Amino acid sequence: MTELATRPETSADMTSTDVQVDVVVPQTRELSGAQLLIELLERQGVTRIAGVPGGANLPMYDALSHSLINHVLARHEQGAGFIAQGMARVTGEAQVCFASSGPGATNLLTAVADAHLDSIPLIAITGQVPQAMIGTDAFQEIDTFGLMLPISKHNYLVRSAEELLEVIPAAFELALSGRPGPVSVDIPKDVQNEIIRVTELPAPGRRAPDPVVSADEVQALLNRINAATKPVLMIGGGIVYASATDDLRQFAEQMDIPAVQTFMGLGVLPSDHPLSLGMLGMHGAPYTNLVLEECDLLVGLGVRFDDRATGKVAAFCPNAEFLHVDIDNSEIGKVLQPVQSIVADVGSVLRLANKILEPQQNRQWRQEVDQLKHDHPLVLDGKDELFRPYGAIAAVADIVGESANITTDVGQHQMWVAQAYPFVRPRQWISSGGLGTMGFGLPAAIGMALAAPDHKTICFSGDGSLMMNIQEFATAAEHNLDLKVIVLNNNHLGLVRQQQTLFYDKNLSAVKFEQKTNFPLAAQAMGMKGIDLSDCDDPGQALRQALTEPGPCLINIPIAETEMVFPMVAPGGANKDMITCEATDDHSGESA
Amino acid sequence: MSVANTAILKLTVNNHPGVMSHVCGLFARRAYNLEGIMVRPVRDNKKLSRMWLLVDEEDRLQQLIRQTEKLVDVISVEQHAMEGSAFEATQDYFV
Repeated sequence: MTELATRPETSADMTSTDVQVDVVVPQTRELSGAQLLIELLERQGVTRIAGVPGGANLPMYDALSHSLINHVLARHEQGAGFIAQGMARVTGEAQVCFASSGPGATNLLTAVADAHLDSIPLIAITGQVPQAMIGTDAFQEIDTFGLMLPISKHNYLVRSAEELLEVIPAAFELALSGRPGPVSVDIPKDVQNEIIRVTELPAPGRRAPDPVVSADEVQALLNRINAATKPVLMIGGGIVYASATDDLRQFAEQMDIPAVQTFMGLGVLPSDHPLSLGMLGMHGAPYTNLVLEECDLLVGLGVRFDDRATGKVAAFCPNAEFLHVDIDNSEIGKVLQPVQSIVADVGSVLRLANKILEPQQNRQWRQEVDQLKHDHPLVLDGKDELFRPYGAIAAVADIVGESANITTDVGQHQMWVAQAYPFVRPRQWISSGGLGTMGFGLPAAIGMALAAPDHKTICFSGDGSLMMNIQEFATAAEHNLDLKVIVLNNNHLGLVRQQQTLFYDKNLSAVKFEQKTNFPLAAQAMGMKGIDLSDCDDPGQALRQALTEPGPCLINIPIAETEMVFPMVAPGGANKDMITCEATDDHSGESA
Repeated sequence: MSVANTAILKLTVNNHPGVMSHVCGLFARRAYNLEGIMVRPVRDNKKLSRMWLLVDEEDRLQQLIRQTEKLVDVISVEQHAMEGSAFEATQDYFV
């Protein structure tokens, strides 16, 4: 990059080939909007961008090629969005994806919406047709601003190169501050090409300071907890995003309170922790949901009381009062009314609480909980059989150990993994929770493997989900990532099949793939290894070898289409009404 | 004007292109009933706009206000009586 020689302040951290680093007086330089954008991204600490180039972002890609930022060329913009999400979810840092205008932007939408619902700091930067052509139905023109608006935390249409000086740091600050989320920045091509004179660059955007927590509020919260006889903590993704796992563990242990975890909170308490009650809700263990029937106080920490967790809200924790700690004020009272709430970073609240609390013991309640756990366990049917869901998951977990990072796609395999995988740390597990996007798993795994190369990355998928972003096999192969895709293959849209079986009188409609896909061959066609365990003489050994040798590999594991995720609460039903066996004719559920 | 269940909100917002879209988009996205909207730049500060909203959301009003406050370009949200509001002053234009 020729401008490096006269860069006023940041050259030292960029390159050692720079010979004129001792410039003291800020100099005015001429930069294009695209060059300015790339410099601002470098100053944000961005080292890798996933994207796809096209007509309306050509100037960005021209500038990017002169930068030290690595580019990951996805095979589809949705793949690029989820690769960036994978990087963001495993690091907690804001990550960037690029797409062109029109179809490039519309292809990104799903990944942005997914980031919005799971509070992921994603910066989606799109090219747009030149401003003079906006509104003329120009080639590849689409109202990206209008499309991104309801699915992002905030979004911009940049109207001049100068605006980039404000918008780019602001986009990062917004994505990272408070409750994280995606920010969309749409940049018309003429803005990318506009030459401006720049003397000083703005400070990078960082997470804004969190609200101050008052000790009185925290003491009041502790008083309510102390007054309860059957308290339960409900811990969610907010604990992960606040990096408050240790604070939470200390709090739960000192206060001696059992904790249910939301889907997004899995890993905060290790599965085998004595206070862990596992995942609550639609596919929670029987004892988990039954403990919530009994509790008299539920303390929501970094949760949003999603319907998959609460079931029918009116029947959720029928004997309990609610406390709610969340950084998003609009989550307080959205689903249910707490008797006390604190709008703050949950980590700040827990750290303060840990300082002032008096350790408690809830012997009687813990005994009652242990009894429920004993009487109503999570049954992992087939956990010793490799060609059954829980058995396959257990075999993989046993081989790869605690250091592996896990992604999933969406469907039955996702719920089996959420129920049964022995997660031990936050950010070990990333999955599409709120939007439930089939096709998330493979590109998110690529992002995870790129950003955390010292960990093996395992993507559990299904034959339905994997087909939705299967083109990213080529991206995984190109980067030779230590990434394994495990397909629990029932040749069906299994979770839909399950709901049709349970709630639609076994009327199976459009859930079977008449044309089977040979996934190992598909992987090989795109440069990955691919094996089918049912073809192996010693499937257990073949699995071990495929998982332990480095490099990308697809592992197909056939399972029966009759396998179901149990227990299951019917959508819209109360969590106490769990279906734990094959459907009978009297099961009916409202769709929700 | 029938105002039995309606509330009036007085917003101060940044005077940017797109701010109206963000407010209206929020209301559409969350299915809040919006009965009236008026907006103009603030007379003595062109960087700000004043937005008046007439909303029909008795049960969800607090939630609606919290969601509106969350918008990046919304600086403040106040509840206002019909008396002295833009809607009172302009009733004759909506006959």
